[in-house]
Amino acid sequence: MSGAFRIPRAGRLSQAKTARFSFDGQSYTGIEGDTLASALLANGVHLVGRSFKYHRPRGFLSAGAEEPNALVQIVRDDARKTPNVRATVQELYDGLAANSQNRWPSLAFDVGAVNDLASPLFSAGFYYKTFMWPKAAWKSLYEPKIREAAGLGVSPDKPDPDHYSSRYAHCDVLVLGGGAAGIAAALAAAETGVRVILADEQAEFGGSLRFETGARIDGQDGFAWAKGAIARLSAMDNVRVLSRTTAFGYYAQNFVGLVERVSDHLKAPGHDLPRERLWQVRAKRVVLASGAIERHMVFANNDRPGIMLAGAARTFLNQYGVAVGRNVGVYTANDSAYAAAIDLKKAGVNVAAIVDLRDNPTGPVIDEARALGIEINFGRAVIRAGGKLRVSSMTVQPKNGGGERTIAVDAILMSAGWTPSVHLFSQSRGKVAFNDETKRFVPGTYAQDCVSVGACNGTDGLSATVDEAYAAGAKAAKDANARDYGAKTAKGAKPKVDASESWSRGMLGAAPGAGPDTTVKAFVDFQNDVTAKDIRQAVHEGMRSIEHVKRFTTNGMATDQGKTSNMHGLAIAAETLGKPIPEVGLTTFRAPYTPVTFGAIVSHARGPLFDPTRKTATHPWAEAQGAVFEDVGQWKRAWYFPKTGEDMHSAVDRECVAVRTTAGLFDASTLGKIEVVGPDAAKFMELLYTNPWEKLEPGRCRYGIMLREDGFIYDDGVVGRLAPDRFHVTTTTGGAPRVMNHMEDYLQTEFPHLNVWLTSITEQWAVIAVQGPKSRDIIAPLVEGIDMSDEALPHMSVREGKICGVPTRLFRMSFTGERGFEVNVPADYGQAVWEALWAEGQKHGATAYGTEAMHVLRAEKGYIIVGQDTDGTVTPNDAGLDWAVGKKKADFVGIRGMARLDLVAKGRKQLVGLKTKDPKVVLEEGAQIVEDPKQAIPMKMIGHVTSSYWSQNCGRSIALALVAGGRDRVGDTLYVPMPNGVIEVEVTGMVFFDETGGRLNG
Amino acid sequence: MAKAAAKKTAPVASPSVERRPALAGRSTSATGVKVEVLPPAERISLRAPEASAAALSKALGVPLPKKPKTSASKAGRTALWLGPDEWLVIDEAGNDPLADCAKVSALHSAVGISHRNIAISVAGPAAEAAINSGCPQDLSLEAFPVGAASRTILGKAEIVLLRTAADAFRVECWRSFSDYVFTFLSEGARDAAG
Amino acid sequence: MLLIRCPYCEEERPELEFRNAGEAHIARSANMAGESDDDFEKFFFIRSNPKGIIYERWRHMHGCARFFNAVRDTVTDKFVMTYKAGEPKPAKLPGASK
Ligand SMILES: [Zn+2]
Repeated sequence: MSGAFRIPRAGRLSQAKTARFSFDGQSYTGIEGDTLASALLANGVHLVGRSFKYHRPRGFLSAGAEEPNALVQIVRDDARKTPNVRATVQELYDGLAANSQNRWPSLAFDVGAVNDLASPLFSAGFYYKTFMWPKAAWKSLYEPKIREAAGLGVSPDKPDPDHYSSRYAHCDVLVLGGGAAGIAAALAAAETGVRVILADEQAEFGGSLRFETGARIDGQDGFAWAKGAIARLSAMDNVRVLSRTTAFGYYAQNFVGLVERVSDHLKAPGHDLPRERLWQVRAKRVVLASGAIERHMVFANNDRPGIMLAGAARTFLNQYGVAVGRNVGVYTANDSAYAAAIDLKKAGVNVAAIVDLRDNPTGPVIDEARALGIEINFGRAVIRAGGKLRVSSMTVQPKNGGGERTIAVDAILMSAGWTPSVHLFSQSRGKVAFNDETKRFVPGTYAQDCVSVGACNGTDGLSATVDEAYAAGAKAAKDANARDYGAKTAKGAKPKVDASESWSRGMLGAAPGAGPDTTVKAFVDFQNDVTAKDIRQAVHEGMRSIEHVKRFTTNGMATDQGKTSNMHGLAIAAETLGKPIPEVGLTTFRAPYTPVTFGAIVSHARGPLFDPTRKTATHPWAEAQGAVFEDVGQWKRAWYFPKTGEDMHSAVDRECVAVRTTAGLFDASTLGKIEVVGPDAAKFMELLYTNPWEKLEPGRCRYGIMLREDGFIYDDGVVGRLAPDRFHVTTTTGGAPRVMNHMEDYLQTEFPHLNVWLTSITEQWAVIAVQGPKSRDIIAPLVEGIDMSDEALPHMSVREGKICGVPTRLFRMSFTGERGFEVNVPADYGQAVWEALWAEGQKHGATAYGTEAMHVLRAEKGYIIVGQDTDGTVTPNDAGLDWAVGKKKADFVGIRGMARLDLVAKGRKQLVGLKTKDPKVVLEEGAQIVEDPKQAIPMKMIGHVTSSYWSQNCGRSIALALVAGGRDRVGDTLYVPMPNGVIEVEVTGMVFFDETGGRLNG
Repeated sequence: MAKAAAKKTAPVASPSVERRPALAGRSTSATGVKVEVLPPAERISLRAPEASAAALSKALGVPLPKKPKTSASKAGRTALWLGPDEWLVIDEAGNDPLADCAKVSALHSAVGISHRNIAISVAGPAAEAAINSGCPQDLSLEAFPVGAASRTILGKAEIVLLRTAADAFRVECWRSFSDYVFTFLSEGARDAAG
Repeated sequence: MLLIRCPYCEEERPELEFRNAGEAHIARSANMAGESDDDFEKFFFIRSNPKGIIYERWRHMHGCARFFNAVRDTVTDKFVMTYKAGEPKPAKLPGASK
């Protein structure tokens, strides 16, 4: 048996397929197709949670996505503990384990419930008023305590083991909502042959047809019609039908975010299925068929477990075969609750009484209820509910006062009417309009190519809904696509509504049972524990706009975003203010419609797909050698190559010495490379770099500096001229993409008259730097067609030829100050050529060196690294690179910026060398420099250290620094104050090793 | 294109060292889609003004397409329109398009990028869905027909996409992004199959 | 994610392929070195930042790679039109009343 409250032959589930599950450790049996909510109710469990602020016992308000109360924690295993799952949405699977939240030590006895007794303390605006003093206590005391007390659920503390996927999709017509309206619209659109996507948040399509027993379409029961229509749509090639899929955000240009819950309802999801799939849909037309949400009645203790929306009780009965009680009361202000009473009565549930706030309504449902012998009370209100962990009674009173009567019940079904779901319409930036007659906000001015149909458009009646939706679907298809698809699919007929139910109006705001008495707890917003009294108080305390009332009371600010509470809250505020509702205004609906997991948003972008990891061609070799890698942007670069027993320092020291005594091999492939080709290549180079290029002979290289228009250094690199019309430009590793963009920008928009083109060749060429006195001896035996003599291939030259039989661009250049070469070979040959050079190198005692040694070696020579020794405020002059600026040039990018008064003023920070008085002390990069260490704090800082290393080749520490007026201070003593004492330094030139540069040819 | 690759002639150079293409031989399959790294090909990035297009087309033996998002293919050589003055020329027949362009005196820039790019084939009825796991373009046959070509993005990487058949695409990306792109497409394929 | 019409690709493409490149129609002087301080300030530092219609540059970075110009409304975030780099500022905007 799947629960004592399961009614035989009621509902649509197959009683045979049972599923075991547990709630708070207790085992129960449900049926496949149940939600956790229906399965618990079938077992008579109503108490499922404690409220946020007062810790009041709570049950189920709804049977759907709008649920504010029944939030539970679903625990699949140690790593899968999902908090704040709506039990009304979670589908049952065999073995499901759920726990209640926000209670301690147990759900029935919760210590936090003292907040309920102390509730005068926790009235509206409480947090703002109480925890503001003393100020310091907010961070250290109040906030952590409030957070601890207020937390809803427990967040998982292990990495999420599930995977999530994403899909971009395009369609002509996107239909959101799969009730009668959505299905009719989708049918009409699909039959024209255009691409249609139909999505609904429920496991089963049908919307209110799932509980409306009175609906008949095309000669069938409404739900059966829906099922048949969905089957037809699913079979069409041009239609994608997505169940369990929530449209959570409606963005610009009909871009809609959907989350499909792919496997949360499965017992064993399996490895290949994602947990959720994010759909990012671009639709030419959107049809909004999001329906309406039933409102509750606002009266004292309307939050007791067992009190729920009438439509929810009907859904539990007609979809899941579950009676929500044995002796139910009904409290309503509209017709639709009568249908619930009738359905339950027919299913054998006693209906103790219907209490109708209206004076003398008439209609077929009322007649039918009366004919079934149900007691009906017009013009009366439920002024309070009895019971604590479960409702036990309702107390009825004439709405204008008079004698009370208490009726014993174990459930109360309530309906104040239906609120059109304009959330997505509002997100699309559409403006809602208030219909004074029906007291509803409905879509007014559209901002995008969408249309609302059915209940979300304020359209009453199934027949009118289907007519409107079918016409809208056909029109959307036509508007979306002028192309004639012909008779691609069989033209269907408009669904014909044979019978439907009456859903007339209702009421907004507080019923008589909501007090004026200020101790009454008549809830407006269940999840945030906002009562009618709180809203009145907010107005009394001066809140005038609904936006202020919302923030002061937190009405509508919980995870359900006020789906059931907004209209009541607004009406109470309007009444208290004595203003019409539209003047008080509706708050803006924002995405997401229902909470979305981080997993779905991140989808594929985690682990190896978080960001591309770029590796060079020689990476496998370096890895095999035990290299330690560092991240440089997205690149992995070999940092140093430790031998057994070496730490980083000894490895780097050895690598640095080897380069200066024999030779070293270094992978420079990550440097950006751009091929500049065309008859105007030199003219373009003249404009983009500070240096002169016209006279650079083919086969020669030059160190180039690139500025921004403001005159500051943007990038640098060695440029080789391969031919009169062809340059091979190198950039910094990190600068490669932005330099390319910068060059393209000028070429396309400022100098479009130049006949020159740029191609990124960073990844075409693997670059192996061979540096050191023995470098030529290592390379020469492998090279064909290039004269390697100093006369034929001097420092700063480039030749094309072959190495190891493959094409090479061989640069004679140096970033170490030693004789050096950079061997460019097509990337796929990079590792093999490296291995050949390595084998040659072994004959000479060469070593492999990494980026750390490269940094030390270049610093020994005073070569700057853009981005380390410069920071976007350094001019060529500041960096001591005035020599690289063509003095006779009429124009280049940065020529004017460089001449700005501030940039040529005296006392600018200039790049200099620093030597610590104690050669063993290595300065910290970023450390500040002062003139007088004895001055009062805060001291006047005159510069900072940009690069600092231990140099084994110099036998001492070396550093580069930007110092105000630095070059005039060479020889001066300055100070670097550090936590452990002041370090004395001497200002020097930037070159620490081989000042004359003789070794470049040595 | 696969057929053209089969009659590959002698390589351009006869190197004494081994060529080691990134991801060589990697492939993965899921229901309805196969993701496979393709063998190396000759490639150039060709830039030229409109006036040079005829001469270059003649030299290359394939007409340079003038319409955005299109390509032209002949004898194992495909020219993809990437921009108003930019084509990616891929040769799978073992011939050297760089050498062909070198003979053209009309204004242009031809730069060899054979090793810069890696090609991955995504084929099968679920190929479109697999690529749409990270590519925001409309890949329906109507919007992206056979022969359509476009530079675009996949997740956080730039790709060039060419539709080679109704259910087959060629994805080109830079060498160091190939691991990311292949892994992304594999995940996309797994999801598209589900 | 916006859809942006690239005037070179002649179709709307997803925003992810594009990159904004700042305000449009700010010409770099042919005699840059001779610019006065004031003119350089205007050229380099001053931007209009309007509420409403803005003329700006975009690059179809991961598409045809072309820079082009766009007219966008900063209030609604809607693109009014796009046109090729080097084309003059449109005298009249489609559908614009002001
Ligand atoms: Zn474009």
